[in-house]
Amino acid sequence: MSKIHVTTTVNGDSAEFLTDPQTTLLDALRDELGLTGSKEGCGSGDCGACSVMVDGRLVCSCLMLAAEAQGRRIETIEGMAHGGELHPLQQKFLEHAALQCGFCTPGLLVAAKALLESNPDPSEEETRYWLAGNLCRCTGYDKVIRAVLDAAAVLRQERRAA
Amino acid sequence: MAELQYLAPESVDEAVKALASAPGARVLAGGTDLIVQMRAGRAKPAAVIDVKRVPGAVGVWRQVDGAFVIGAATPAAEIGEHAALTATWPGVVEAANLIGSTQVQGRASLGGNLCNASPAADSVPALVAARAVCVVVGPAGKREVPVEAVQAGPGRTTLHPGEFVLEFRLPPRGQRASDAYLRLIPRTEMDIAVVGAGVNLTLAADGKISEAHVALGAVAPTTLLASSAGAAIVGGALDDAALARLDAAACAACNPISDKRGTSEYRTRIAGVLARRAAKIAYDRARGVS
Ligand SMILES: Cc1cc2nc3c(=O)[nH]c(=O)nc-3n(C[C@H](O)[C@H](O)[C@H](O)COP(=O)(O)OP(=O)(O)OC[C@H]3O[C@@H](n4cnc5c(N)ncnc54)[C@H](O)[C@@H]3O)c2cc1C
Ligand code: FES
Ligand code: FES
Repeated sequence: MSKIHVTTTVNGDSAEFLTDPQTTLLDALRDELGLTGSKEGCGSGDCGACSVMVDGRLVCSCLMLAAEAQGRRIETIEGMAHGGELHPLQQKFLEHAALQCGFCTPGLLVAAKALLESNPDPSEEETRYWLAGNLCRCTGYDKVIRAVLDAAAVLRQERRAA
Repeated sequence: MAELQYLAPESVDEAVKALASAPGARVLAGGTDLIVQMRAGRAKPAAVIDVKRVPGAVGVWRQVDGAFVIGAATPAAEIGEHAALTATWPGVVEAANLIGSTQVQGRASLGGNLCNASPAADSVPALVAARAVCVVVGPAGKREVPVEAVQAGPGRTTLHPGEFVLEFRLPPRGQRASDAYLRLIPRTEMDIAVVGAGVNLTLAADGKISEAHVALGAVAPTTLLASSAGAAIVGGALDDAALARLDAAACAACNPISDKRGTSEYRTRIAGVLARRAAKIAYDRARGVS
């Protein structure tokens, strides 16, 4: 098997790994780089549990080949908290009990962060549409939406204070 | 299992050579169809040729004559962020932005939507109604192909071996022109169109429709350019009589199958309804009242 050598940036640090051509970015993150926060719920683009950012765009890492990551900037759930300090979205997910089994949570957090970066003050409807590609079998979504809107308010306030 | 090859050429020539050299090679754009098919074992390419590093394949440009060029592998999200393109071709942009979820939008391209050749591909009716042209590159050089000539049937295209779509060109357009795309799905998000309808209108100075193009998705093996439906509304205002003619002509153009998403009769009926509604939206946009 001829392996492909990939050099990339993951959560701000440069990273290198060897991969087979058919390996997905999700599998490389989990198995080569030990970043097991991103989950595989479906492997077909339907559930969003594998959501990551690539060059600033939200994508399903299960539908991207690891080899495509060459020279790209990858951000995963592991880059969200700073040391022991949770991101406001993570904090609000805890406060609102926006997770039960937690399988969907990394993907929802990454997707919600992308939303608030492009739209700091989304309406409930915009939030629901943006997150339509993130499936959750436990929470019924309501608490998730409330947590995201609440975190958005916190982030707006932080920005005003800064 | 035969070993898969992954290549990411950085020029058109390299890409064409890579595609032509490996029989069974497939173009990879966003992978939201191809990688799904590979993972399900439905596609077993010998090589995937990632064209996203080919100059021109990703990006949106406006030319001096007002024509827009959209790289065939540009993610739909990037298309939706282009303000001038959205203002000029709102129908094309809204169709591209209906594809999948936010995550899918981050990767899904117009080239992939067209060349996957699903009869229900959302961006294709809008592109056909827009009279968009594909710039196809291959071993014999460059050629221009109208979008409606690319799909040959479900899962099949008319592209020759070694060819791929480099970009889409949307013709220059003046004032008083606009477009719209509507689809019917049983949900509000994340579903495959039962019917899709794209309408593109140009109005004369007196407000009468001077040019109209209607394209329908999921009502035939390939996206239909319903020329008679466009012709049915040229020459006057978009009044009730014109809408009735449009509805009848759109229905008459349909040749759908019946499946779990809808019967042939239902699809035909809906095609007329969506053509009318999309035409009204395009008309209001062209008149600047929406
Ligand atoms: C969860 C989910 C939801 C979806 N929802 C929708 C939807 O609502 N509406 C819809 O229409 N589609 C939908 N799709 C299907 C898919 O996202 C679209 O068809 C998308 O536009 C494909 O683009 P891509 O760049 O990902 O193509 P790829 O998967 O990279 O390629 C698709 C096919 O086209 C070929 N190809 C790609 N680019 C070129 C090119 N430039 N020249 C020649 N051949 C090329 C490939 O070889 C392959 O056969 C969905 C998919 C998923 C996973
Ligand atoms: S695992 Fe990628 S979308 Fe479900
Ligand atoms: S918390 Fe269990 S799937 Fe969302």
